[in-house]
Amino acid sequence: MKSTLYDKLWNEHLVHANDSGEALIYIDRHYLHEVTSPQAFEGLRYKNLVPWRLNANVATPDHNVPTTRGKSFTADSIEDEISKIQVVELDKNCHEFNIQQFDIESPEQGIVHVMGPELGYTLPGMTIVCGDSHTSTHGAFGCLAMGIGTSEVEHVLATQCLQISKLKNMQVIFEGQPRAGVTSKDIVLYLIKLIGTAGGTSHAMEFSGSYIDSISMESRMTICNMAIEAGAKVGLIGVDQITLDYVKSHSSLSSENLNLAQNFWKTLRSDDGAIFDKNINIDVALIKPQVTWGTSPEMTIDFDAKIPVESNTPKDELENFKLAKAYMGLEDAETLKDLSFNRVFIGSCTNSRIEDLRLAAGVIKGQKVSEKITEAIVVPGSGMVKAQAEAEGLDAIFKEAGFLWRDPGCSMCLGMNPDQLKPYERCASTSNRNFEGRQGNLGRTHLMSPIMAALTAIHGTISDPS
Amino acid sequence: MSNSSIQGVVAPFDRDNIDTDQIIPTEYLKSIKKFGFGDYLFDGWRYLDQGRLGMIPSERSINQEFILNQPAFQSSTILLTRDNFGCGSSREHAVWALRDFGFQAVIASSFGDIFYNNCFKNQILPIKISKENITLLFELSTLGPQSFEISLIEQEIKAGNISMSFEVEANQINRIIHNLDDIDITLKNKERIELFEMNRRNARPWIFE
Repeated sequence: MKSTLYDKLWNEHLVHANDSGEALIYIDRHYLHEVTSPQAFEGLRYKNLVPWRLNANVATPDHNVPTTRGKSFTADSIEDEISKIQVVELDKNCHEFNIQQFDIESPEQGIVHVMGPELGYTLPGMTIVCGDSHTSTHGAFGCLAMGIGTSEVEHVLATQCLQISKLKNMQVIFEGQPRAGVTSKDIVLYLIKLIGTAGGTSHAMEFSGSYIDSISMESRMTICNMAIEAGAKVGLIGVDQITLDYVKSHSSLSSENLNLAQNFWKTLRSDDGAIFDKNINIDVALIKPQVTWGTSPEMTIDFDAKIPVESNTPKDELENFKLAKAYMGLEDAETLKDLSFNRVFIGSCTNSRIEDLRLAAGVIKGQKVSEKITEAIVVPGSGMVKAQAEAEGLDAIFKEAGFLWRDPGCSMCLGMNPDQLKPYERCASTSNRNFEGRQGNLGRTHLMSPIMAALTAIHGTISDPS
Repeated sequence: MSNSSIQGVVAPFDRDNIDTDQIIPTEYLKSIKKFGFGDYLFDGWRYLDQGRLGMIPSERSINQEFILNQPAFQSSTILLTRDNFGCGSSREHAVWALRDFGFQAVIASSFGDIFYNNCFKNQILPIKISKENITLLFELSTLGPQSFEISLIEQEIKAGNISMSFEVEANQINRIIHNLDDIDITLKNKERIELFEMNRRNARPWIFE
């Protein structure tokens, strides 16, 4: 029997299956942050329970943290009283239950999905969960990784298991070499445009093909990160030499365990001829830079294409289409190039890794942010990314161009910390969701790659990267 | 306690892809409590002003056109919507907000996977039916406010003269019918988990380093 990678990971972690198909799956790693954990810890206290296995858990605050912290900033320094409570509560809970936390003062602190792999907590073949839908990111390492709700956070803390049903298998094959200026972000936005935001629902989505084989772990994480935007809570990529090299240089495993592990990790690929329930084939050479025009990640077009109009929109999508167009203020625009931008955000668990910052810095070197742009910010995904970028002089390139260089956090990906859009501001953003109000009440988000966002900062409008 | 049926007024939301950011905006995720989200359900559509955690509806600028602000729908218990409801963020706060408002069931042609699971942990029944049947129920709703009756035992929706069945995993619906606690159920397998973990520690020691 040929198995998919998802099937292998499922079987490897299956503690018990009952007759109706629901299973108990063992969880190797549990990431926590301040937003979706307080009610789970409260539940443990109420039921007089303690975490099942302490060293499975790793916590850090990311959603609420201001990105203008500078030196000697503590949780108590947060001005928003309600945000402060949440960050302080994570401190208290981690102390009370003895959970390892990289707190707001820690040099490693960062977005949990950026920090975890960098510190070697994400290892191939693990089951990884977190109360955050972008946990799919860790699937890039051949992990079964998925976002869970707060009840499940409590359940994993208490039992080290999840009660879940098996997903179906979906395979997305990306073949070929991308054009200049096209990144993994464009590739995954193109996929979402093609299959829609429900295209992968109830499936584990495995990415493969010569394009995937050729890209870095950072690029692979960007693709798996946005699997959830294609409806799949699990994104996956098989383990290869690129995975092993990354893990070796980031993990702190003993050499004995590392050698033992590597033999197993090499098996973490779908078998040749394994059967998938759904197959998609994409030639990446055909893909241009992608930019969203609407209020759902599937509302994506080529950067130079015409914005869809009513007459060519299917009837059953018309209502959503009209609402999105009105919300985004596109009445007078024929193409995205006709739009004037106010803000630029380079960051988020999708695009805040060192490779993303290198790409953006490469585009803007020696140029200045357009006067039309009131604020352009770069928010490294973690303390390690920030330090690496500074060692390479990227911060100087950004600052000279007129970008603000910030401290790590989720920042403007979601309106939970001080980095937010004002009503009707238009933002070029490297984040993952262009939902109504996502970056601030009535704010208008256009998702794109770090290259396209950096170019938009320079020109104030969408421009051609070639 | 057993919950064998849900009945009440149906609020029709004729829209696809309603994401969890719309169900409960991020601002309210700053709460560290598990209750008290009902006033902020669909906040961006329900009010004309920008909300903050702690605000009460009487201080807010109400969007009178929004369905849940119309007298006939203010005590709705069933939400009728289209495709991919609850996509996006994993925030369980979305389900808590629906529950706190008074919703007990959501009927859609499909759901975001994480949202769907979260529902069963909070006594909300997500019902998946075909797009054709969804359209049928929307057509019925155009005649004026409707009350549906949903049998959890028969797995059937009764709407006017129409009745239609739906499928849901037995384990999942039993959580709602019998108000089961997941942790209690899992800890009945405590010895199995301990044994599994011991074997895993031997076979894959690096996980536990």
